[in-house]
Amino acid sequence: MSGGEKVISIEPLTRVEGEGHLRLVMENGKIKEVSLIIDETPRLFEAFLVGRKYDEVHEIASRICGICYVAHQITALRAVEKAIGVSVTEEIKKLRRFLAFAGWIQSHSLHLAFLALPDYFGHESVFSMLKSPEHKDLVTLGIKLRTLGNKLVEQLGGRWAHPVTCVVGGFSKLPDQKWVEKAKEMLKEGKPDAEKLGKVVAKLEVPDFTVDREHVALWDPKEYPINEGRLRSNKGLDISEDEFTKFILESTDPKTNVKRSKVKGRDVLLVGPLARVNLNYDKLSDDAKALADEAGVKFPSQNPFLQNLARAMELVHSFDECLKILDELDITAIKPKVEFEVKPGIGAAVTEAPRGILYHGYRIGRNGLVMSANVVTPTVHNVSSAEADLWSFGPHIANLSVDEATLKCGMLIRAYDFCLSCSVHVLRL
Amino acid sequence: MAQVKMKEKAKVAIFKLSSCGGCQLQLVDAGEDFLKLLDHIDIVYFPIAKSENLDGPYDIVLVEGSACSAEEIEHLRKIRASTKYLVALGTCACFGGLQSIRNFEPTAKLVDMVYEKPPKSHPTKSFGIDEYVKVDAYVVGCPVEPSEVVEVIKSLLMGVKPRFPPYSVCVECKLRENECFLLKGIPCMGPITAGGCNALCPSSNRPCEGCRGPTKDPNSKALAKLLFELGATNEDVRRKFRKYAAASMAFAGVGV
Repeated sequence: MSGGEKVISIEPLTRVEGEGHLRLVMENGKIKEVSLIIDETPRLFEAFLVGRKYDEVHEIASRICGICYVAHQITALRAVEKAIGVSVTEEIKKLRRFLAFAGWIQSHSLHLAFLALPDYFGHESVFSMLKSPEHKDLVTLGIKLRTLGNKLVEQLGGRWAHPVTCVVGGFSKLPDQKWVEKAKEMLKEGKPDAEKLGKVVAKLEVPDFTVDREHVALWDPKEYPINEGRLRSNKGLDISEDEFTKFILESTDPKTNVKRSKVKGRDVLLVGPLARVNLNYDKLSDDAKALADEAGVKFPSQNPFLQNLARAMELVHSFDECLKILDELDITAIKPKVEFEVKPGIGAAVTEAPRGILYHGYRIGRNGLVMSANVVTPTVHNVSSAEADLWSFGPHIANLSVDEATLKCGMLIRAYDFCLSCSVHVLRL
Repeated sequence: MAQVKMKEKAKVAIFKLSSCGGCQLQLVDAGEDFLKLLDHIDIVYFPIAKSENLDGPYDIVLVEGSACSAEEIEHLRKIRASTKYLVALGTCACFGGLQSIRNFEPTAKLVDMVYEKPPKSHPTKSFGIDEYVKVDAYVVGCPVEPSEVVEVIKSLLMGVKPRFPPYSVCVECKLRENECFLLKGIPCMGPITAGGCNALCPSSNRPCEGCRGPTKDPNSKALAKLLFELGATNEDVRRKFRKYAAASMAFAGVGV
């Protein structure tokens, strides 16, 4: 099978959020062409946010993505608050942290159970898994976990998709102590399910495929970072969020017309669960780390297939984080929102969306209106990283049939959990 | 409305145009009700969830998003030709969505603001999909309510008109005994926005932003007049109306 030309084409990319396609050509066992193309029509958020009011930016930015809306809202809120000179209380920061981890629970469980796992069990989708007595329970487990994540977001955010209670300065309304007790109970009940799904992921057989990639994630000395921190990498990057656009650069590949992001002076970067676990392993909960032992994997790892394991570890960790936050919280003592005056200014924020670092930057004018907006989503980086991975994937697929090689390439791409609706936002140079 | 054949399962397809992908996931998130629906429908095209996706003909197609490029408009026309019923899923598909905010500026200028070189596909203005094709049913919302997606599929299977609230957000807001934002002097889109969300935002201490688009026969001019009386400028009023459903006839012409 290694001789002659082999064309691998996945069009459209399936079990991936948004529209895109892959074309990979091999000749005599060597890769000749890789094009990973995003087919989404740009929606031009950065353009039509201009002229909108400071207090509706996060509500509009939420609609960039139908899965990671929580991350877009929190990132936009933090950037706008920095621009207009608002500081929120530690308690509000904690509640936003809770919301962000609840967002990870719904997003990570959706990806693992619905988008990634079918490949590993020979199914084309969860619908076919539902018909299989052997794998039906995995789907039910996935639905249970996603529903739980959705409920947690809904109880605090008012609605699970595009929540409504997050506002500049805090929350428009907060739940009461009863919610705290109920949420704790739900999390305690749900955690064994997360560990169960995690163990399934830990046992998956993945190719022994190692690349040399720069992994970029937020870093914090004490906490597993989600809503703030410094940007660090395994190759020495160590910058504040305000320096993001100086160090993470973007250019157009003239051959494929695909936008690529690069770390200044170096190469493409990988972001998301694997980068985060690699850079913040010591801050994961013991039960999350136990999954690495179960899988027999030592972190840091450079195997992109292990993004699924890292995601499963973060799923378990998110339960522990949410429980910890609720244990420390006295919700009856929290003022939902701080008072503020709107000053003109510039603000940037980077958070860890489920898929990796998410940047929002705004300039707000004297009248409280947006003068410029810039959003860089994690998939912009990861599309370049996946494409680079595929260039070195040749030896792993050279001896496979076209069908088998297509499946393997699909599995590699899916491990990244792309969000292509998000990714049609690019950095302006 | 004719009944979809009941002897075999109805073939359902879910397509995505320019959108965030959130509305199609609301269907999956309908939970038990969604699983029960699977006894009566076969989802044969749903790329975000399935790897084996079949070409038409379909019985029911749900289209999420608005058609915002020549390619998407052509794609939409092909989708229409392949199905018995076409459902506009969510405010983007019904009224153009948030990206219709850009309809009032030359698109080329906006593209220049975001891209240094022109992107592969050229965005056009954003309208509801009925600008280009016939639509059989509309499910509004940003996002849609899971129960309403289930309702529309069930109704089409039974050959009846889906039942959605014919009143505005105000009715549900009164039922929930919320204090009226407009009476407090705070601009709110509740009086002219389609109900069905159970007045979610006003009940969460936020005025309605109109994410479900215009209700039946909305009196947009009267609300605009009230907003002016509350001290809103022409720009303020325009921003309120030109948001989720800027392409709708009822909202587009207000505050010009």
